Amino acid sequence: MAQPKLSLKEKYQLMTRGLDWETTYQPMDKVFPYDKYEGIKIKNWDKWEDPFRLTMEAYWKYQAEKERKLYAILDSFSQNNGQLNLSDARYMTAIKLWLQGITPLEYYAHRGFAHVGRQFRGAGARVACQMQALDELRHAQTQMHAFSHYNKHFGGFHQANHLRDRAWYLSIPKSFFEDAMGAGPFEFVTSISFAFEYVLTNLLFMPFVSGAAYNGDIATTTFGFSAQSDESRHMTLGIEVVKFVLEQHEDNVPIMQRYIDKWFWRGYRLLALVGTMMDYMLPRKVMSWAEAWGIYWEENGFALFNDLSRYGIRMPKYHEVATKEKMHITHQAWSVFYTACPATGFHTWLPQPYEMDWLSDKYGETFDRFYRPRFELFGQMEKAGNRFFTNRLPLVCQTCQVPDFFTEVDNPMKQSVRHYQWKGMKFNFCSDGCKDIFVNEPEKFCQAYIPPQQIYQGNAGGARTLPEYAAWLRCPMGSEAGDYYSSDDYQNWLKWHGGKDTTPSTAAA
Amino acid sequence: MSVEIKTTNIEPLRQTFDHIEVRIGKGKAATRYQEAVHDFQATQNFHYRPTWDPAFDLFDIRRTRIRLDDFDQLIDPRQYYYAPYTLQRARQQEAQDNNFGLIEKRKLFEAITPEWQDRIEHLVLPLRHAEWGANTNNCYISAYGYGAPFTSAALMQAMDRLGIAQYLTRIALALEGGQQMLDRIKVAWLDHPDWQPMRHLMEDAMVTKDWFELHLIQNFLLDGAVFPFAYVHVDQLISAQAGIGYGLATEFMRDWYAESIRWTDAALKVVVKFSDENRALLNSWVMAWEPRVREALAPLANAAFGANAAAITEAIFAELSARRVKLGLAE
Repeated sequence: MAQPKLSLKEKYQLMTRGLDWETTYQPMDKVFPYDKYEGIKIKNWDKWEDPFRLTMEAYWKYQAEKERKLYAILDSFSQNNGQLNLSDARYMTAIKLWLQGITPLEYYAHRGFAHVGRQFRGAGARVACQMQALDELRHAQTQMHAFSHYNKHFGGFHQANHLRDRAWYLSIPKSFFEDAMGAGPFEFVTSISFAFEYVLTNLLFMPFVSGAAYNGDIATTTFGFSAQSDESRHMTLGIEVVKFVLEQHEDNVPIMQRYIDKWFWRGYRLLALVGTMMDYMLPRKVMSWAEAWGIYWEENGFALFNDLSRYGIRMPKYHEVATKEKMHITHQAWSVFYTACPATGFHTWLPQPYEMDWLSDKYGETFDRFYRPRFELFGQMEKAGNRFFTNRLPLVCQTCQVPDFFTEVDNPMKQSVRHYQWKGMKFNFCSDGCKDIFVNEPEKFCQAYIPPQQIYQGNAGGARTLPEYAAWLRCPMGSEAGDYYSSDDYQNWLKWHGGKDTTPSTAAA
Repeated sequence: MSVEIKTTNIEPLRQTFDHIEVRIGKGKAATRYQEAVHDFQATQNFHYRPTWDPAFDLFDIRRTRIRLDDFDQLIDPRQYYYAPYTLQRARQQEAQDNNFGLIEKRKLFEAITPEWQDRIEHLVLPLRHAEWGANTNNCYISAYGYGAPFTSAALMQAMDRLGIAQYLTRIALALEGGQQMLDRIKVAWLDHPDWQPMRHLMEDAMVTKDWFELHLIQNFLLDGAVFPFAYVHVDQLISAQAGIGYGLATEFMRDWYAESIRWTDAALKVVVKFSDENRALLNSWVMAWEPRVREALAPLANAAFGANAAAITEAIFAELSARRVKLGLAE
């Protein structure tokens, strides 16, 4: 051919740009009805820099290669009963929480990116969002397949879909994503692509996948490595979106700042569950929540916001509260899970002696003074045959829906509660961050489906007590819920290992 | 004699998840497709109405007028979840890439005279914009449809359409003066009278709210007319004059269409079978939209086939009608 060879970038431009057109038989505002009501002003969609630059040909080719490798390993994992190589069956609680709480978020992300992939006016932005929508479907499905083998041998997986829309602790992730998806398209990408996938991703993805690697979970580790290159694309989209919107119009800056404030705090509250996983559910520890927060937020996050300051963006509101709380929240959350486990789809336990020492090492006086005594008391009660279980439903925050176990930042002996009156109703919050979010959007957050209130109103199969509620969740003690050391999972684990308890005696992998 | 390998045997507690067991029966092993699609979408206890459409729940069966007691019945006969989908497309992509390589290596497009190049430019290549419209429409179905089996397949369908738009772009770029041609193609799509009924129909489809109606318009009626027209009849016409190169360049589209209508028709069949109300509704949608599709195809058929246009158009719509009858719809 007489034509000059095109560079990849030029070729990509021709392949995607210019496919779209200004509609004339139908008004553009009717074809794209949702991308203006947030007040974000886009002067020129062509300024969008395509972050992926993947044609569909290239996408199919690369992704198929990854799928081929992933499924070969998953097949081998189940053929060889890979679950036997776990550090300890306690680890399964982390993966149960993943399937119950995070895999549904991958599915929500798939639908959410399909939504914005339809609604953005710019072709480049839409293609990027559509590819992410397909990637997220991949993650939802490959996680289901990676965990499918565990489902055959442990409790807590088989009824995950039933729990997803009903369990009190799962309304934390569910409400998080429904909040994002129900927001405008620009808020959606800011919340998920930027705040979650870019700013906080290393606090979600890294702990789970490294935790899997440290604890002999080949299925999850393999999935994690396979998803890593997708995740880097998603991170690029996250930062690209924010810079693009900020560069388009100065009026966008305060709107984006409000989104960043809101979603930093929403994301941070959700991560309390992940931090608890790191500190308490991994028999072999990767790093502590406080350490991870230090590296991934206090170092990397600060640097990022330094960069963004030239756009007029400041640090997210209440970030200093999050940093002060890092020494406390995981111990507080585990105490709640430990005592409330009869109404969950997973098992809990008291930290083993080596873990108590590790926590002392990582959290110093904070742990020894405020939390070690509590766990030691629980331990004495267990020994006396009086394992402590809570018998009531918690007060949960109207915004983040986490049970309000948080304490005042400067006084760990005082519960942190905030209230707000709106239209004759009293709403309760765990923090100023969550209260602010409600005050900005009361019409939205007053709708929240708050599980304890719903249960007391009879909307959980008429359950009035915790055991009735647990039955409605299909989570009887032993097989699905309650203490790990009286669980079927533990009994099976002993049986598979010739009666030998494999609980590690050291936190190191 | 066979070789026996001894391994640890652990009796599983169960074969699959509860929500799959309810569908396939207790003690049965599930396929990966079943575990990948069924009941993924939340159906209740939603927290907030979307601010962009507060009349509806986030996922809401009322976004279509068809009724099913279980939208997860809309399964894909190809059993596509992400892995088999990408593996299949990667195979096709490799074959299609080889075709383009062959066209370049053997200079097969040089056999195309300027006159026939103009006809390809006018009759086929503006479809790259129609494919973008089809991408938009299927993305809509994926976003606002109900039930993971159908909406996940709709996203794959959307991405396929982007792929086809890019293959059409590749054809243009392989022809003489391809880059300038892309600009002219867009002008034709926007202004040439032959393409205006098609663009008008596409834009009307893009504001259709009912996602299943949109499936019928885009994937059944429009594709059912456009693919046989462009990639069978026009293909034969061009190939007869321009040699085998052109047919190699459009191979993906023919294979893809033959495959995708299995999914398209399977969904229509389930919906028609479910109730007479659904059947009547689908028939009314066909009545409303098929004339528009005929109208959109007419100027292109005239430009391609002149005196033969009527006969070829009738053959195309007879094929669509036969598919309808097979699905239990009116002729």
